[in-house]
Amino acid sequence: MTSIIVDKVWKEYGDHVVLERINIDIAPRSFVALVGPSGCGKTTFLRMLLGDESPTRGQILIDGVPLKPEPDSDRGVVFQRYSVFPHLTVLDNVMLGRELQTSRFFGRLFGERRTAAKADAMALLAEVGLTGHEHKYPASLSGGMQQRLALAQALMCKPKVLLLDEPFGALDPGIRAEIHVLIRRIWNASNLTVVMVTHDLSEAFRLATRVIAFERPRKRPEELERYGATLSGDLKIETDVKPAPVQGAQITRDIEIWPRRVAGAPVPETEKPAS
Amino acid sequence: MRALNIKPNMSWRVALAFLPFLALLLAYVFASDARLAENPNDKLLPSFAAMGEAVEQYALNPDARTGDYLMLSDTLASLTRLLSALVISTVIALIFGIIIGILPVANATLGPVVAVASMVPPLALLPILFIIMGLGEASKIMLIVIGTTLKLVRDLTLRVQEIPREQIIKAQTLGASTWQIAMRVVLPQMLPRLIDAVRLEIGPAWLFLIAAEAIAADSGLGYRIFLVRRYLSMDVIIPYVIWITLLAFFMDLALRLLQRRAFPWFAAARSA
Repeated sequence: MTSIIVDKVWKEYGDHVVLERINIDIAPRSFVALVGPSGCGKTTFLRMLLGDESPTRGQILIDGVPLKPEPDSDRGVVFQRYSVFPHLTVLDNVMLGRELQTSRFFGRLFGERRTAAKADAMALLAEVGLTGHEHKYPASLSGGMQQRLALAQALMCKPKVLLLDEPFGALDPGIRAEIHVLIRRIWNASNLTVVMVTHDLSEAFRLATRVIAFERPRKRPEELERYGATLSGDLKIETDVKPAPVQGAQITRDIEIWPRRVAGAPVPETEKPAS
Repeated sequence: MRALNIKPNMSWRVALAFLPFLALLLAYVFASDARLAENPNDKLLPSFAAMGEAVEQYALNPDARTGDYLMLSDTLASLTRLLSALVISTVIALIFGIIIGILPVANATLGPVVAVASMVPPLALLPILFIIMGLGEASKIMLIVIGTTLKLVRDLTLRVQEIPREQIIKAQTLGASTWQIAMRVVLPQMLPRLIDAVRLEIGPAWLFLIAAEAIAADSGLGYRIFLVRRYLSMDVIIPYVIWITLLAFFMDLALRLLQRRAFPWFAAARSA
């Protein structure tokens, strides 16, 4: 049960403002989808949650504690590519997290502890549907299977927050539907708070309890040249946004799909049924 | 059919591979015969029979003065120098390549000095090495080490930096420390790439070895070639050059096989 509070966060690279004044309050156990056009900063935002990038201004709190400035095992991640280690077998990939956390010097487990880790890893592999592939190397797995493996690998460390960076973008529709079912089941069965970047709107609305759209309210001159002006005029979704003094991306839409209660937010004391 | 779409099958491939070798051989035989017909004492292009005799004398009969089989002792002397130097430079390159590759601070500190130092022509350092370390084995090994290490370090640094950033982040989200990332993520992925890098440095290593042996040595393949040069003994030089080439070729082959055996994941991961 982990809440994320994003408090007036700005991200700038020199003069270039990527994100401005982002305020989001993510309830524990929600499944948030970040959508928006390419280059709108949604991946930058995810990298800030990850700790790989730090906000220029503002702060991010996880369970009320400021985010550590580097990635740690509280936050699991699955990228679109390169999420698994090519030199380790499927089983070793899943066991790696446990090995790294329990054996600080060698990063390897032996004997009983290894057996226990192996059993846990096999259970996770069964959960994501990779039983029978334990001894293969990732390169011989299909894209969908690699992403399942990446999920199992991240879940092995029992993270509080799972960050997904366009994880299913490279998969074909059938495989993607299967993996949607899987991620939904994992989310239902655990206490994870999930933040997913996607450019697939249907995916966002199918999976998420909340969809947040990022868009630049103003277009930079080079962008005006680069993209068709008519379409961006048609999109007119910045009506509820005040004119911004600086040209970064802002949240233009924030849609709660599920009532917070259903999404697993803690029940207020007064409404708890007497046990 | 377009020329670029014609693909030879396996037997054609083997036959075509042998073709240039055969052509070279024939060209030599004809040229040698022509010269020997003109002057039976010609030393420039000796016949295969003459070379065979020389090889027999050097490889199969003990030397009259020392009692050694010269080709064997030369080979052992050269290989000892070459291999010990390659082992030293490989170990140094592995350690420094990984440190410079993963630590930005180390890269800022050591990157420029390695880049500058790798531009020093190693052979220009040979006199310095002879002055400081004397004419023994140490200076020869040191020359090869200097000549190959820096390039290996730079190559390995680049390979480390080629590891996708996602992998390094992922490892951190699995709780890995810098040390653990170096040992469990970077090092195992670098070993097969190191083999590739070392394969490319075998050529330069032989170059430095022969150069050092030519200038000051009392044994070794390079020493022998330059010794018999005084007598225009092409019948010894040519077999020695072929032998050196074969040794280098088989070292390369052995490394390639080692890479395939020891790192079964590498071929597929590289093409992915």
